[in-house]
Amino acid sequence: MASAQELQVQKKRELESKEETTIPVRQFLPASDIYETESDLMVVLEMPGVEKGNVSINVENSVLSVEGRLDLTKYQGLQPLYTEYNIGNYSRSFRLSSKIDQNKIAAEMNDGVLSLRLPKVEEAKPQTIQVK
Amino acid sequence: MITTFADPFDALFNLQRALEGRLASDWLHDQTTSQGPFPPINAFQQGDDILAIIELPGVEKDSLQVQAKENNVRIAGRKSVSFPQGVSIHRRERTSGAFDRTLSVPVQLDPGRIKAEYRDGILALHLPRSERDKPRSIKIS
Repeated sequence: MASAQELQVQKKRELESKEETTIPVRQFLPASDIYETESDLMVVLEMPGVEKGNVSINVENSVLSVEGRLDLTKYQGLQPLYTEYNIGNYSRSFRLSSKIDQNKIAAEMNDGVLSLRLPKVEEAKPQTIQVK
Repeated sequence: MITTFADPFDALFNLQRALEGRLASDWLHDQTTSQGPFPPINAFQQGDDILAIIELPGVEKDSLQVQAKENNVRIAGRKSVSFPQGVSIHRRERTSGAFDRTLSVPVQLDPGRIKAEYRDGILALHLPRSERDKPRSIKIS
């Protein structure tokens, strides 16, 4: 996949939510990679500008919801000259297909990228059956 | 507090779109929102100086290069996305690759005083206007 093609800006997709927010802040869907290993489900989300402490991760009824809040006070009083992207909070949820051990979810934030490790519960792991 | 925030962006986006649609100029080549070369840049004014905020999620600090000369700032680096061997990929939305972009500002910069801060995938560049470039008031005798 290593191509000479110029890296383009990804269009930020705005979240279309049924509920409205009480504050006029935009909500964006973070670009995500999801992959599965034998024991875990890995979810990687790009949330530039979100600090470690401003992330909430929740699994309920096998729906994973991730929210990242931006510290908008940093932008207060700035005079825009030229803008190419909009800013707002990030929010995204995924319906999980395999059973997840909620107590063992691990999250890591690096350079604006949130990596989640969702360990599968024992019965959801692939099992080898010995043929007698 | 935040209520006043969303509006100036929207107004500016609309203005830029309108201006570009009208002129159809290829001077800047790219559209304003979420199109064009990576990384996207927002520029703000801070008194005489310019503050550029650049979104670079997933770019490591060590692979990031910032160079400045006269009124240009070059931002180059590589954004890499990797998967471990032998995993099954369900969703792949993040992009990766090398980028190299030069930002031209309408004032002369003082490269020695440029401050670059990188945190949480956001690069903030404080671009101070050079003292030579600042207008000087002339005393009338």
